[in-house]
Amino acid sequence: MKPKPASIPAVLCRDLWKSFGEETARIEVLRGVDFRARFGELSFIVGPSGCGKTTLLSVIAGLLNAERGSVELFGENVAGLSGRERIKFRRRHLGFVFQQCNLLPALTAAENAAVPLLAAGWKRRAAIARGTELLVQLGLEARVRAFPTKLSGGEQQRVALARALVHQPRLVICDEPTAALDHAAGEAVMELLAAAALRPDSAVIVVTHDTRVFRFADTIAHLDDGRIARPKTPSP
Amino acid sequence: MNFVALRMLTGDSGKYLGLVFAIAFSTFLLENQTSIFAGILKRTGARIADVTDAEVWVMDADTQYFEESKALKDTDLTRVRGVPGVEWAVRLFKGMPVARTDAGRFAQTSVLGLDDVTLVGVPRKMLLGSWERLREPDSIVVDKAGYELLYPGESLQLGRALQLNDHLVRIVGISDASATFISFPLIHTRYSVAVNFQGLERSQMGFVLARPQAGITPKELAWRIAAHTGLRARTSDEFVWDCIRYTLMHTGIPVNFGITIAIAILVGAVVAGQTFYLFTIENLKQFAALKAIGVTDARLVGMILLQAGMAGVIGFALGTGLAAGFFDTIAHIFVAARGMILPWQNVALSAVCIFFVVIASSLLSIRRVLVLEPAAVFRA
Ligand SMILES: Nc1ncnc2c1ncn2[C@@H]1O[C@H](COP(=O)(O)OP(=O)(O)OP(=O)(O)O)[C@@H](O)[C@H]1O
Ligand SMILES: [Mg+2]
Repeated sequence: MKPKPASIPAVLCRDLWKSFGEETARIEVLRGVDFRARFGELSFIVGPSGCGKTTLLSVIAGLLNAERGSVELFGENVAGLSGRERIKFRRRHLGFVFQQCNLLPALTAAENAAVPLLAAGWKRRAAIARGTELLVQLGLEARVRAFPTKLSGGEQQRVALARALVHQPRLVICDEPTAALDHAAGEAVMELLAAAALRPDSAVIVVTHDTRVFRFADTIAHLDDGRIARPKTPSP
Repeated sequence: MNFVALRMLTGDSGKYLGLVFAIAFSTFLLENQTSIFAGILKRTGARIADVTDAEVWVMDADTQYFEESKALKDTDLTRVRGVPGVEWAVRLFKGMPVARTDAGRFAQTSVLGLDDVTLVGVPRKMLLGSWERLREPDSIVVDKAGYELLYPGESLQLGRALQLNDHLVRIVGISDASATFISFPLIHTRYSVAVNFQGLERSQMGFVLARPQAGITPKELAWRIAAHTGLRARTSDEFVWDCIRYTLMHTGIPVNFGITIAIAILVGAVVAGQTFYLFTIENLKQFAALKAIGVTDARLVGMILLQAGMAGVIGFALGTGLAAGFFDTIAHIFVAARGMILPWQNVALSAVCIFFVVIASSLLSIRRVLVLEPAAVFRA
């Protein structure tokens, strides 16, 4: 069954609760979060530092379990999946861009971009060829054989973007993708993200502090005090 | 993902070399020490194994190993000859006279006096001269290592005179005897010559050598001799093992080697384990990223084992190469090290030890990666 993009949200979170620590040291980070992201849109999550944005992303991605509430991705309740199915689901449908690019320093740009395909069992040569294609698409054709330490921050983040997109995931999750970059590099990464990641049947969630890139957002959700304040469309 | 694992391993060349060298060092120590240990044990029985003519050794009931033999009485020889099944039995003199060369060098020697008629126990491997010439009056055969000790830096040469406890003898042959534990020059001569160098020592018929008649095994004959005479009778093999066992039980050698071997294993395990663990810790973010991306735990364990296994194989090969080179070199440089080799059994044993070292050192790393929260990848 292929869900119709129009009818089903890409991500639907209902009443998510998540805390860390025990007893007196316990902090409630998510306190009844409702959130949705639609196919074909760039959804931003913004909010003050420490408000729980990364925690929310981790729960959406299935990397953390919420104590209460549900997460539906593409209409499927991920909490109902076994650990193994969840890993497989993540491998197939999710792409990640982290604040620190977390590239493997021993691999070239093309090899780094190919990692999700390798994890999915692709042959090395085919995977690297596909990774190279994507790097070319992201304007890095001159750097495919370079190692991460030889790349600028912006170039590294573009390699990370290639890695997030190489297996054509339906949901791309980005945590502060531009925080470590200067203005121009941040703009470039966001433009590429908007252009390459968004298809009618895929969605992108971006957590950011970076007001300079808010204009790329289709929707912005404000997370504060453990809840989403009010979803709104950005003023033009 | 295998090539990713290997690239992660070799990517940090400093750590990688550290890991490989830790394992190589451990391998080298293990192979080196166990081989020298085996070589020394083998040496304790070398004199016995060198005598290929006789198959049964008869000795006083109190004699436990070759070096320390209690003298037999002349009547004992007659009694052994009287045991049914004995083809022949001859005496073997064992003494330790002091040798003095013309140049005035002194050295304690180990003398074997052979039966005058049969020359049973004569060294068959001669480098110069011949053992038949032992029939000449006051003649001796000395082993090459002993010759070099007595005449350092001089070429092998027959006809030289030597005093053994002030008794003048001549060298008529140079033998190629196996190395022994204590490297005294080894001298072969006739029994009737040997008794002359006795000096202050008592009568020294250390052993009677015997051979069974056709159809009787050495083991059977040894049993019969013991039963008939009350003496201790052992086949050559048994006697070699007696000597090895004696060395194991009554000397500090096994303890010392045991300690070194234990240290080699421990150092290997600790250094390799620690290096590998640090390597994994430093790559934890990478492993977290791989986890988030969807690499299964089984795959990650496979990657770590592959990394550890690769470092193990390369380190082991390097260490074995070093050990082989070591034995090859010392055998050529030092006469005393002749016959010291790297037996394949010791290589195999070391391989098993290193395998466990590698497994042990990867277990910590595996645990660390398995408990790793993939969500950690989002944290700085
Ligand atoms: N594994 C954890 N154990 C304990 N506390 C945690 C853990 N992860 C997050 N927290 C706490 O939860 C709160 C929310 O953290 P989170 O990382 O989600 O915030 P954030 O909105 O992403 O902040 P930032 O903008 O600084 O990245 C913080 O107070 C943090 O200290
Ligand atoms: Mg965060």
